[in-house]
Amino acid sequence: MNELPSEVKKMKYLTEFRQKEPARGVARKIHQLMEDIDREISLMEVCGTHTTAVFRYGITELLPEKLHLISGPGCPVCVTANDYIDKAIAYCHQDKVIIATFGDMMKVPGSRSSLAQETSEGYQVKVVYSSLEAIKIAQKNHENKIIFLGIGFETTAPTVAASILMASDEGVSNYLVLSGHKIMPPAMQALVKDHQIGIDGFLCPGHVSTITGSKIYEFLAQEYHVPCVVAGFEPLDILESIHRLLDQIKSGQAKVENEYRRAVTYQGNVKAQKLMEKVFEKESTSWRGIGEIPGSGLRIRKEYSSFDAEMQLPVKVAKSREHPECICGDILRGLKSPLDCALFRRVCTPSHPVGACMVSSEGTCAAYYKYAEGGGE
Amino acid sequence: MKKKILLAHGSGGRLSHELIKDLFLRSFDNKFLRKLGDSAIFEKEKIRWAFTTDSYVIRPLFFPGGNIGKLAVCGTINDLAVAGATPLFLSCALIIEEGLEVSTLEKVVYSIKETAEGAGVQIITGDTKVVEHGGADGLFINTSGVGIVRTQENLSPARIEVGDRILINGTLGDHSIATLSRREEFDFQTKLKSDCAPLNDLIGTVLSDSQGIRMMRDPTRGGIASILNETTSGQAFGIELWEEKIPIKEEVASICEMLGFDPLYLANEGKVVLVAKQEEAEKLLSILRSHPLGKESQIVGKVVPEPKGKVYLRTRIGTRRVVDMLTGEQLPRIC
Amino acid sequence: MCLAIPVRITSIKGRMARAELGGVERKVSLMLLDEVKVGDYVLLHAGFAITKINEEEAQELFELLGSLEEKASE
Repeated sequence: MNELPSEVKKMKYLTEFRQKEPARGVARKIHQLMEDIDREISLMEVCGTHTTAVFRYGITELLPEKLHLISGPGCPVCVTANDYIDKAIAYCHQDKVIIATFGDMMKVPGSRSSLAQETSEGYQVKVVYSSLEAIKIAQKNHENKIIFLGIGFETTAPTVAASILMASDEGVSNYLVLSGHKIMPPAMQALVKDHQIGIDGFLCPGHVSTITGSKIYEFLAQEYHVPCVVAGFEPLDILESIHRLLDQIKSGQAKVENEYRRAVTYQGNVKAQKLMEKVFEKESTSWRGIGEIPGSGLRIRKEYSSFDAEMQLPVKVAKSREHPECICGDILRGLKSPLDCALFRRVCTPSHPVGACMVSSEGTCAAYYKYAEGGGE
Repeated sequence: MKKKILLAHGSGGRLSHELIKDLFLRSFDNKFLRKLGDSAIFEKEKIRWAFTTDSYVIRPLFFPGGNIGKLAVCGTINDLAVAGATPLFLSCALIIEEGLEVSTLEKVVYSIKETAEGAGVQIITGDTKVVEHGGADGLFINTSGVGIVRTQENLSPARIEVGDRILINGTLGDHSIATLSRREEFDFQTKLKSDCAPLNDLIGTVLSDSQGIRMMRDPTRGGIASILNETTSGQAFGIELWEEKIPIKEEVASICEMLGFDPLYLANEGKVVLVAKQEEAEKLLSILRSHPLGKESQIVGKVVPEPKGKVYLRTRIGTRRVVDMLTGEQLPRIC
Repeated sequence: MCLAIPVRITSIKGRMARAELGGVERKVSLMLLDEVKVGDYVLLHAGFAITKINEEEAQELFELLGSLEEKASE
């Protein structure tokens, strides 16, 4: 390392999209467009990783006052209802069970406890970066059943599908998956149909789109006349996507544009789509805050039921309950802000979270708490 | 307070602070402890002494760039050094898990000896206990240290003024990421080494050759963000950090991107954060840079009048965002 | 939902590859992608390559954004 350390170390295809002057340039365009449009505009960014990026880079500071960015329910941890966590906890209490999970789930509060708390009680919960690591744990611990918590949308579901196929190929019979996977389009449709929420445009989730292709949003533009732009995650991506949405809004158009062309195509990753369809099938599932949405969840098909935790291991779970004052649901639908919540900051904080929105690193409440001027203590 | 102790209570962030405030301070309350400095400073027989203690429970015991022994010596020496003291003597207490290989213990002890000698400090008292298998993750070490304060005044946040500059002697996050890369669960290969090093010589040079140091802290668990939040807490100033100036190695930045970590919260074991008078900052920077442990030093921020009690970051794209205290451990995420 | 990072493929063996970003190497599964070559950039998510980076598109966007900057300073 002989360069001055303050030089931005180039991480290709990342740092190029984090530059100050282009950001200001796009911000100027946004301001110009908003002046022409001259009314309140609400754009929903569905993906939790977008929420985090917006806050991490202080993007709101660059936007005009009348332009509102609402965070939607694209945070898989946030929309996972309490009963999933309760089930995972019930499993980790079972003899010879090891839970393997993405780090995101550890601190999410269930009805009574969280996986982090259970770890401190001595139960076996391991954080992994990939489902493949969970398979390795299964291979090293023959006497145990390893239950991997399958959480995430279309970006992650194919990876978990692949892990089940690999476990099948290699005969890792003690690897099981508790599927909590969900898919985006039905939720986006539910949001658009909910007339309480006024959405003038969607920033579509860039990484989900690498798998599904940008084609899945066509119905939103054509049937519901909502402008859509598939957005990348760097600050320049987000700003440029907002710019393109405003362009559409100004000209009264509604179509699906793709800003994230370096990673997303119209058709998407067909191989990954096929793998997902091979292992999972759609089912109706409950989204925290929105309720039951038909065809929005993924469950493991019968052919792979030997890897389905719920099929292989019966578990009794006490009735799940949610905190009566928690308004995560309204926040997830973009109806309220964390600042409207009676619990926010006073009772519900990142160290003592009540609802999932506060726990997930990309949950709206956590982002507000960490980054917004009105948040924190 | 929570009913059970979580791992997060030991990670240096918000929960740790709650525990310290609600239990330890309340129980032990005295004027020395209340300051919650890296070292306690007291005056006896016209000498200002600094006294500190730390326990080391890391896993794995050996990591790229060091081991628990080297860490135990550096950590305690550094806590004395940042208080403005010349470290003199250390104690060393070991809690050993039954079954630990003697050759492992020998390697660790040798490392303790080497590091202490290199820093000019002697181990003058110690203790050994052995616990049952499963009780100590191999080995736990506690070191306590005493030194004599050589600065005119006690360094503390109370001396900080608006306009002061924040400096760091090199890249952030090396220790955290180097130790993480060796944990089985994370399959990353990197040549990164921990920055574990005794800073008493560097700090000694800085204190002799420059004036205007208000305060120093070593950003261990909880990272620079936690240290600076502790510094601004309850004070009539805030701190602005400059993202572009913060020195970070490529490998650290990469792993942070992959796992979703924020380098501002990563632990360091060979770094010192200095708050200094604005007029002294450039001179201080060249003193730091001319020392082997300060070659990548940077001025990374300044003390501002608003917002009081908070730390914020001026991002790469010129906007602002708050840098809060760490809540629990950072966990790798996929979202 | 969705931390995915561009990494460069350095070697391939069957369905697994090694990839690199900023001096850090990691194993990456290619189960979800065909036709990956050494030297390609892919998006890494949860241990899998989920798509190839289209380098021309990246360059195009980069230049477009850069031109906005120039226009603004005129």
